[in-house]
Amino acid sequence: MIVAVASGKGGTGKTTVSASLAAVWKRPVLAVDLDVEEPNLHLFLRPNSVAGEPVHLAVPVLDEQQCSRCGICSSFCQFKAISLMGRHLILFPEMCHGCGGCIHVCPEGALGIGQRELGLIEYGSTDDGIPCLSGRLRVGEAMSPPLMAKVRQQMRRIATQEHRDAVIDAPPGVSCPAMSAVQDADVIVLVTEPTPFGLHDLRLAFQAFRVLGKPMGVVINRAGLGDDRVQAFCMENSIPVLMEIPFSRTIAAHYARGGVLSRMDDDYRKSFEALASRLESMAQSEVSHA
Amino acid sequence: MLSDIVSRIAITSEGPRPEDAVDPRFGRAAGFLLVDVESMEMSYLDNGSSQVLAQGAGIQAAENLVKAGVQVLLTGHVGPKAWTALKAAQIKVVQGVEDMSVGEAIAQFKAGSFSYSDAPER
Repeated sequence: MIVAVASGKGGTGKTTVSASLAAVWKRPVLAVDLDVEEPNLHLFLRPNSVAGEPVHLAVPVLDEQQCSRCGICSSFCQFKAISLMGRHLILFPEMCHGCGGCIHVCPEGALGIGQRELGLIEYGSTDDGIPCLSGRLRVGEAMSPPLMAKVRQQMRRIATQEHRDAVIDAPPGVSCPAMSAVQDADVIVLVTEPTPFGLHDLRLAFQAFRVLGKPMGVVINRAGLGDDRVQAFCMENSIPVLMEIPFSRTIAAHYARGGVLSRMDDDYRKSFEALASRLESMAQSEVSHA
Repeated sequence: MLSDIVSRIAITSEGPRPEDAVDPRFGRAAGFLLVDVESMEMSYLDNGSSQVLAQGAGIQAAENLVKAGVQVLLTGHVGPKAWTALKAAQIKVVQGVEDMSVGEAIAQFKAGSFSYSDAPER
């Protein structure tokens, strides 16, 4: 099974929950950081001898000699990666989503396949044998979903071949990267905090992910900080509140040293073990809020 | 001297009339006032088709200006990709035109008080 740990608002504790779940997972597990714009799960799980492999996207290259300036490619492209300006065909490879449509529709065979580097896929393993997979977007690269797709492909391959579950640390928000990160999940954990921002973005995340028809539950981090409107929202929408992590200086200090919360003490180990088994049964259940 | 061989100019505009303010944005401008320099005939080109794009608004806007047969663009600032597109179509660009009405911009252009930019503003 695959668990995605997501949130609308950033900085709510996705990585705290992801790392803690991976650390107490009963069956073989793969820890996956899909927040490729700023991966940080490795700071807590600390995989060793991480190897990085560059990943590319196929983008068009123009053979000026063959081009008849018919403009079919540029009218096909929905992303303005090719523009016919007067008699000049201009390519903007950084805008390309890699669909290959322009190459396909060109009647002259004037467009060939080039490459744009998206970033790296990184892979390593922790001291206690948890494999860690993540993507790291190239600085200057504007699109994360293409790199995420490659990391997800690798994730599914490892999960199938090695019979592993996966815990995904998703990027924040509700736009393409966040939606892309939860596609493979059997269950989604939404981490939030009891503040107005936390509630606002939880609502957005719930609305965005609901259409996927996957079971969802909420973890409230920094509980006790604000009010009980997050609780009320979850109750109204029949979203189970799976766990509350108190707003505590001890936890913050442990986190700041790079500690994994489920390894801090026995109580948290047990809480996260309970969360893990709850998620397992949710993954097999029918969706009530779809 | 700016106006030789120029027959048609475009000014990024917040609305369809010369009293409307210059829109300092290029790709995401509300629209363009197109002016025939000789006859002073004006028409408005809505830029909504570019505004709704998630990306490439500047490139789309540049394509629209090529179709409209414009030789000169007056605007606040042009981004690097739109600049590449405009240069490919040999459209001349005056940047830094803002805080004035479209009518004032046209008058200043005709008086020769603008100079063409040779690079996009970042």
